[in-house]
Amino acid sequence: MTTKKNNRRNFLKLSGATALSIPFVSRAWASTVELNMLAWYGHGEPDIVSEFEAANNVKFVPKYYAGGDNMLALIAQSPPGTYDIILSDAEFVQQLNMAGYIEDLEPSDYPFDDMLHEDFTKFPGHWANGKLHSVMVRGGHLGVSYNKTVISEEEAQSYSCFWKPEVKGKVGHFDWHLPNLGMMSLYKGNGSGLWDLDNKKWQAVQDVTMSLRSQVGGYFDYGGTFNSLKNGEMLAMCGIGDWITGVLEKDGAPVGSVIPKEGGIQWTESYCIGKGTDKVDIIKKFINYMLSPVGQVKSAQMAAYPGFCITKAGRAALIEADPKEAKRSHQMEGMPNDPIALINDGRIHYRDIPKQQTLEDWNDFWSEYKNA
Amino acid sequence: MKPTKNNLNIYSLTFRLPIIIWQLIFFVGPVLFMVAMSFFLVKNYRMTEAFEFINWTKMFSKNYFWDSYWFTIIIAGTSTLLTMLIAFPASFTLAFKVSDNIRRWAIFMLIIPFFTSYLVRTFSWYVILAEKGVINALFSYLDLGPFKMLNTHIGTLVGYMTLTLPLVIILQTVTMANIDRNLIEAAYNLGCKPKSIIQRVIIPLSKTGFIIAAVFCFILSFGDFVAPFYLGGSQEPTLPILILDTTKSGQQWPRAAVVAIVMMITLFSIAFIGIMTAYSKSFKK
Repeated sequence: MTTKKNNRRNFLKLSGATALSIPFVSRAWASTVELNMLAWYGHGEPDIVSEFEAANNVKFVPKYYAGGDNMLALIAQSPPGTYDIILSDAEFVQQLNMAGYIEDLEPSDYPFDDMLHEDFTKFPGHWANGKLHSVMVRGGHLGVSYNKTVISEEEAQSYSCFWKPEVKGKVGHFDWHLPNLGMMSLYKGNGSGLWDLDNKKWQAVQDVTMSLRSQVGGYFDYGGTFNSLKNGEMLAMCGIGDWITGVLEKDGAPVGSVIPKEGGIQWTESYCIGKGTDKVDIIKKFINYMLSPVGQVKSAQMAAYPGFCITKAGRAALIEADPKEAKRSHQMEGMPNDPIALINDGRIHYRDIPKQQTLEDWNDFWSEYKNA
Repeated sequence: MKPTKNNLNIYSLTFRLPIIIWQLIFFVGPVLFMVAMSFFLVKNYRMTEAFEFINWTKMFSKNYFWDSYWFTIIIAGTSTLLTMLIAFPASFTLAFKVSDNIRRWAIFMLIIPFFTSYLVRTFSWYVILAEKGVINALFSYLDLGPFKMLNTHIGTLVGYMTLTLPLVIILQTVTMANIDRNLIEAAYNLGCKPKSIIQRVIIPLSKTGFIIAAVFCFILSFGDFVAPFYLGGSQEPTLPILILDTTKSGQQWPRAAVVAIVMMITLFSIAFIGIMTAYSKSFKK
């Protein structure tokens, strides 16, 4: 009898407790804030956002794109307020701003005094009429990506290695005209004017690109680029950098990326707050999280593709938490290919869109090149 | 006693209406929208309604469009020819040399590949065709190679056949299995040699099915994006790749619609010619 009573009592207690706790549980569930993110692949994955989600009771709902054009189209075709947070390539921020897709930001909300380079505080296109529209969170450099068994590091110091007879039919392209033609422009000696080409220079860039056609073994998306370098089908790759070879290198593949003497291109990723969102505070908190030492280390170790730290505290945290990765990616002061030193030496040029031609002109030529 | 006209209409409509509505909603409607879209303009990455011919003139004036067009026809045609030739011995064996039971199992096995994703099947060729892959490993025992197969036209053709070969074998097998055996026996009894029986009896009697199989093979190859992109390395780009390139850069969906309409017109023409040929009287004789 006692056992039965106990059982009944226990059952009643348990039922009561469960019934009373339901409102709290449902309230807790209900208060989970969904953040719609528009970003390159990887930025909404657990290795980047899970800690922030758990600590702040939010849930990221990522929509991934590939390329700035694709991002602009997705926003243009969605109702206002669809995306709360937008990761943009820096060169497309101006267009986001001009189209009215993003909110103004308050500079004092972000740690600009901790940036590793002066340029990052006043990044081109992020400011308009003294107002801030986007905050840079990471970057990376594009140069010569190569298989170390066929191309020496010395040879990789010039884009001319793409024309080596040993890599005939083994030069791949990341299938996007902007970085590829940018590199060809650098190879033609256009330096900091690589995007600002008059007709003569533009023709010269087209000619030198066409001369590479017989060396080319294929045009690839992210997955194809990754696979073809990994299985040795391609021995050199134009249009990419450590963001792809870094992942392979960590897996032991004999590949690497260097910034050649003609210069390299920087890709820059920045966060913007979507126009009309009512979740501004939590997004600000997330952007600050990504700029914090913890966020910067996560970004540098991102499973999808690594990027370099842009804050001093972030770099220091990376060196402490993962010295191997810091060394591999040259993110240590005094290393010859330190990304910041390369910028200071004038060997890095920020990726931009063509100044004297339209994107369509470049894309048309790219299609002709692929068909040649 | 005679069924009235009204009764007939209601009866026929009951069965015909669903398919007519289906076709109107999911085929005619989207096609009409695509045609309309080809006259739209893109401003600030957003399509705006218009009636301009610029997309048509722009695409038709580009050499790369015509290069892609002819290349796609040639490679899809080559794929069709090779697939038909490669499929024939297998289909012939299944139609005439094995029992009904084995044929049923073989057809079932040929259907199985369609249960898995075509993309996955295509990626599996990476392991086989790569320079350090299975085929080149076998060649190396003979001191041959390595041969480059990935990111070449060979890769594209292998991909196309991954998609079409099982279907073509099934269509050829079913066609030949339905030939009246008495006609083959009659030819044999009248002194016809096996080779002549194939040439003068089996192939003419199978022509309808063969042409339908070839048309299907061409249509699938012509419109396929996966094989030329992942196994052919996009060189040269086929029309489906051109559609992707066009939409990727500048979000030119109206220009992509132009390419798609040209593809549809081409496929309609080829399918029409194929079916007319298949059912023409000269082949019925």
